[in-house]
Amino acid sequence: MSVGDYIRNSQIWRSVFRHPAPTDRRNRVVVMLTNFFLHLHPVSVKQQGIALSYTWCMGGITFFLFLVETITGVLLMFYYRPTLEWAFYDIQALRDVQTLGIMREIHRWGAHAMVITVWLHMYRVFLTGSYKPPREFNWVIGVLLLVLTLLLSFTGYLLPWDQLAIWAITVGSNMARATPFLGMEGPGFQLLNTSGYELITNASDAKFLLLGGRFVGEATLNRFYILHCVAIPVVVSGLIAIHFWRVRKDGGISQPL
Amino acid sequence: MLNHYPDVTSSVLTGLGWYYLILLFMNLLWTVRSYKVDGEFSNGVPKATVWAVASSIFMMMSAAHFSSARSAETFLIRMPVFFKDLVDANFANPVIYFVLSIALLWGMIRLREWWTKPTVAWSLLNISLVFMGLSLTDYDFRQIVGKPDNVPIVGMLFIVAFFTWIYFRRAVDNDNRVAEGRPLFEQENNEKVLVWPDLVYTELICMVVLTAFLIFWGIALKAPLEEPASSVKTPNPSKAPWYFLGLQEMLVYFDPWLAGVVLPSIILGGLMAVPYIDFNKKGNGYYTFKERSFAVSTFLFGFLPLWVALIVLGTFLRGPNWNFFGIYELWDVHKVEAANNVNLSEIFWSLPGLPGLPRGSSIGAILLRESPGIVLTLAYFAVLPPILGLTVLRKYFVRMGVLRFLVFSNLLLWMAILPVKMLLRWAFSLKYIVGIPEYFFNI
Repeated sequence: MSVGDYIRNSQIWRSVFRHPAPTDRRNRVVVMLTNFFLHLHPVSVKQQGIALSYTWCMGGITFFLFLVETITGVLLMFYYRPTLEWAFYDIQALRDVQTLGIMREIHRWGAHAMVITVWLHMYRVFLTGSYKPPREFNWVIGVLLLVLTLLLSFTGYLLPWDQLAIWAITVGSNMARATPFLGMEGPGFQLLNTSGYELITNASDAKFLLLGGRFVGEATLNRFYILHCVAIPVVVSGLIAIHFWRVRKDGGISQPL
Repeated sequence: MLNHYPDVTSSVLTGLGWYYLILLFMNLLWTVRSYKVDGEFSNGVPKATVWAVASSIFMMMSAAHFSSARSAETFLIRMPVFFKDLVDANFANPVIYFVLSIALLWGMIRLREWWTKPTVAWSLLNISLVFMGLSLTDYDFRQIVGKPDNVPIVGMLFIVAFFTWIYFRRAVDNDNRVAEGRPLFEQENNEKVLVWPDLVYTELICMVVLTAFLIFWGIALKAPLEEPASSVKTPNPSKAPWYFLGLQEMLVYFDPWLAGVVLPSIILGGLMAVPYIDFNKKGNGYYTFKERSFAVSTFLFGFLPLWVALIVLGTFLRGPNWNFFGIYELWDVHKVEAANNVNLSEIFWSLPGLPGLPRGSSIGAILLRESPGIVLTLAYFAVLPPILGLTVLRKYFVRMGVLRFLVFSNLLLWMAILPVKMLLRWAFSLKYIVGIPEYFFNI
């Protein structure tokens, strides 16, 4: 008996994996049903449905990049303090001093890549008509995930607290000031300001809500940090779960009817 | 004399040496493929010879770059100055850029049978890569394209082109199959296979390759870190994150409430509405163009010229003061572009026989002043849909019903307002169709 067989037949191995190695047909079926991580998949699929030239693998890559961003992001959180005093210098230390500094590169490039792969996933889904019944609602969830991906990237953009960061966020958040009715420079905000009482001011409008202040400052950094590291990832995780579940329930990877 | 803006340096030449070496190996592989499948010219010479010649040219290019790395100033293979001047003088404005991107999309759709042939596509790829290699010998081109944050956008261009090619290739194939009454490509060899091993191994390999790719990318390019944030030093240009630059580009034509709030919301709402307004049951789960030409053309129009091309425009071609710069042009902060745009109301009320622009700050006076624009806007969104439904879009109206058709036609019209406003701006220097700055209501 080889060492590999010995390990695979040990009590520890079998207690972890709940089934023998997937070397024959029966166990290849069983493994998909009994393994937590694999049970997202069906047991069998149509050959053309999983061809790379059909799916482009972009949805899977997006999910993988989300995992990469989570792991590198958690590691970066050990080094990074979201305060005006430390934010920039912690990032500088990641670049110049820290051993795991490359995590920042992987995190940033992974984020750029994730935005692109989300678009390409949608591109493929559109071009194969995979949003058509019964998958309409999963496309809607997908659009929500697109928005959240962009927001994740946008909130993360501020955290290095360098010139690039605050001015990009300033340009982006200036749009909020122009929100109709709710922004200081948006059409119709005067309608909410009745005589004697001003509802929409530069300390209460949509931009203020986004930034936690009139300008990009410490409150903004704190706000974006929490959105970036906690709030949005939690929502995204939930929507991803629903998205995957719906893929299965709506009939798996789309195929000609 | 020391040149502060050197077009060619020794490190550039070394980098390009590697670049052409990669092109050499790509074309060697293609030569082998071509030898196997492409056959011969009428005189018996294998068609692969062409690619062998191309490969040898790339080999010589690579060798020339490596061996000349020490005498960079006198190196001869660089983008010719007359070509750079030609491009900067004739192509450096948004009109040409946008018209070209539309023309490219139109050509892509019309010539889909031609450009999806592997040989044609490979030639186009080689041409664009040589164009890029030569352009990299220009200092200003390198400043924009070589910025670490911009590298993914260059990559995105090639990736989007590649996947668009895959789409059209498979769509053309399927359309021919349908015309000949054969089964779809997706229906052939479509047995059920077990997920273990057929899918999980693909996923595993994909994850390993991606991880390696990300680590390599992280080592090769440092993430940017500029000076510490300062709220008093405004950089020029100040740019939003790259994926929002299409929206920032819209600021040229619309006020922030439209470009930054309303239009993005409508883009997202429109995307969500897509499955509910596309009543076409065909083309579900396979690639096709003919069976859904309108849906696909509309989507391609929204994604390629109106999203990807505008991001490229905003990232690479918009410099200080959001002026348009050619790809080989220095980002000069003092470049001045005349902007004498006028409002529709100013044009209208100065027509012969009219009393001139109404004055006064009362609501009535403002509404009177802007009445031509208000009437036009209302007509655009309220009158045009029924007209479209009874004429060109009649077959959609009949099949969609009133509510669905109104949503659909209004989304189409919203999609068209950017090109419409662009045309009005370029043709009549039109600033606002409706201009009520008193209430921040400008269209």
